[in-house]
Amino acid sequence: MADKGQPWHQETITVDGTELAVIKGGSGRPLLVLHEEMGHPGWLRWHSEMARDHSLIIPLHPGFGITPRADWIWNVRDLAGFYARLVREQKLHPVDVIGFSLGGWIAAEMAANNQDQFRKMVLVGAAGVRPSQGEILDIFQLMAPAQLAASVLDPENTPEFEQLYGGIGPAAFELWEDARAETARLAWSPYMHNPSLPRLLGVIDQLPTLLIWGREDRVVPLSAGEAYKKAIAGSKLVVLDKCGHRPEIEQNAAFVREVKSFLS
Amino acid sequence: MHLAYFTERPYRYAPQDRVIEKGFFGTPNSFFDPAKGHELYHEYLDEKILCEELGFDGVALNEHHDTPFTMGSVMDVEASILARITKKVKIILIGNPLPLGNPLRLAEELAMIDVISGGRLVAGWVRGAGSEQFAHNANPAYNREYFNEAHDFIVRAWTEPGPWRYEGRHFHYRFVDPWPVPMQKPHPPMWIPGLLSPETALWCAEKRYPYIALATFLEPTVELWNFYRDRAAELGYQVGSENFGYMQKVYVAETEEKAREIAKFDMFGGAGSGYSLFAQPAYNFPPGYNSKLATRRIATQFSDPNKKRSSSPFQASQSSSARADVSSSQVDHRSRIWQEAKVDVETTRKAIFDQVPEVLNTFGIICGTPKTVIPKLRVVLETLRPGIFILWQNDGPITRKDRENNLKLLASEVMPAVREMGKELDLKSPYEVKPGSRPLAHAGKPESVGSLEPWKAWIQAHPY
Repeated sequence: MADKGQPWHQETITVDGTELAVIKGGSGRPLLVLHEEMGHPGWLRWHSEMARDHSLIIPLHPGFGITPRADWIWNVRDLAGFYARLVREQKLHPVDVIGFSLGGWIAAEMAANNQDQFRKMVLVGAAGVRPSQGEILDIFQLMAPAQLAASVLDPENTPEFEQLYGGIGPAAFELWEDARAETARLAWSPYMHNPSLPRLLGVIDQLPTLLIWGREDRVVPLSAGEAYKKAIAGSKLVVLDKCGHRPEIEQNAAFVREVKSFLS
Repeated sequence: MHLAYFTERPYRYAPQDRVIEKGFFGTPNSFFDPAKGHELYHEYLDEKILCEELGFDGVALNEHHDTPFTMGSVMDVEASILARITKKVKIILIGNPLPLGNPLRLAEELAMIDVISGGRLVAGWVRGAGSEQFAHNANPAYNREYFNEAHDFIVRAWTEPGPWRYEGRHFHYRFVDPWPVPMQKPHPPMWIPGLLSPETALWCAEKRYPYIALATFLEPTVELWNFYRDRAAELGYQVGSENFGYMQKVYVAETEEKAREIAKFDMFGGAGSGYSLFAQPAYNFPPGYNSKLATRRIATQFSDPNKKRSSSPFQASQSSSARADVSSSQVDHRSRIWQEAKVDVETTRKAIFDQVPEVLNTFGIICGTPKTVIPKLRVVLETLRPGIFILWQNDGPITRKDRENNLKLLASEVMPAVREMGKELDLKSPYEVKPGSRPLAHAGKPESVGSLEPWKAWIQAHPY
């Protein structure tokens, strides 16, 4: 739901011939926000807090129900290439980026390909590398509402859980199915990771990177965060207690504090 | 009319309580006993020889994966054996799931079966149930793209002399020159089974392939015939019975009571709500696999707190279009048991078996003595006018003795009457009239095949 105190709007920009829908809000240094595999969850408190000193740019991934599908995009590397075009064409580089889950994977692929397009990078519960312990939750073996419930540690006591995606209902469900279908196209197999990514990330030598994980993340286990830390030189891993896959709503204050302090 | 026999070939010893709780798909294979499997495979192959002796024109096979619902997980293996041990019957595959594998390998396997059998293969294609996409790790979001491309590739591999190179969207081959090529020219016939997905029916109309409805409710089936009819008319031809097939579940025994006792087992093999035991919704409806209309229905089923659950899966839904209705009835049917978070085994078992009268009244299963069964089969034939009629039997935990008795009675007492009706109603099979060869009347308005009138008249005379 929109926070009335903080204006945001949706507009369409053209990137590589694709009419890309983008949510924009706030003012200050641009912050590129790459959303997760269920889609853009709506404008939440953390968005408002970050928007006080950042211009948020939230592209709605092609094929996720709003932006049309681009059928040349076969995998997350291709999508990373598409967003590299966005960064260049919108003259954003070097831009700050924050990516959640699948969106974190997209950011990591972009950084592995060209770290110079970013100033600083934040990955939150990022998919993309295979955890050494446990496995990335197979969202495709769950109906979307069950997937959503698994994304936080305690749905009933998580502020804003009910607001995610405007609430559970047929309209949200249809968009989730678009998002999940496109996620299947991108990441069905190997599931939600690129086996080469840890090696590819080895090229990064000057990109300040913050990794944020919920200690009890049931979607992308913490050991994936540790693998990212090992793969990206100089990266910092912050682990939040009593927290699942959505630190931005489950541990909102700590999350915002860490991100703001890192980006300042 | 082409008259064939079909059975799912169930693993008869499936752990029922577990199946009710979690569905057939994904039953741990520790429940599979190879010694019992050995007996069952032989029994089911022997049954096909019996079918040939009893005078069926064809025997039909299917496949499903990771499930005791069907033992034919690789139906081409069974088809290969039948190619050798039978002499006359058509070997009807309904069908190979195109999105699951390697289309070049499939072209080779099927050409071998056709050649070994002396040209008796009917190749049929399916998209595969949702669960199959998990079992074979086939990306469900590309299901229809895989299906279309694999189909086009196989037809080309069968007909265009090799070697040639293929660079497609999903498949790539540097050397295409399969040995052997099929005996039937230009290639084996292809019949397409389905559960009333309008997209598939339209595709069949475009390819001029017969569409076979799998024991679907009569009302939406007639609707679907009309989608096919209209697309055919756009393409300039008139549909006839040769464009349509229907599978009817039917059980016969010496008495009504005995037939009903046996038919009841079918509730555990796919009739009525038993059908939704096939797989849980997450496996039945993977992302990207369903049409927009079906997805809309699924969305309401699984996320609308205010939804009104229909009191019966047999009730027509009240959507805005016939296409939406057809999609909805399938979604409702397949998800019926799984709408609550937890399945109570005893309550569900009772609910499944309590549905027997409704299933019988709607002809989901036709059962009885030959005398009572024949008039009902006539209603189905008059309503749908199929050129291919496949009698579907012996699903669920039915004993070998009952299976055989059922089959023999069907052949001796029912089949002759069905053949007579086929003649009388002028139901031409695809072997008698080439599908897509009938010219459109010059007014350009196509005639329907089938009509709901005979079914309505039956309902009126036999209210329930």
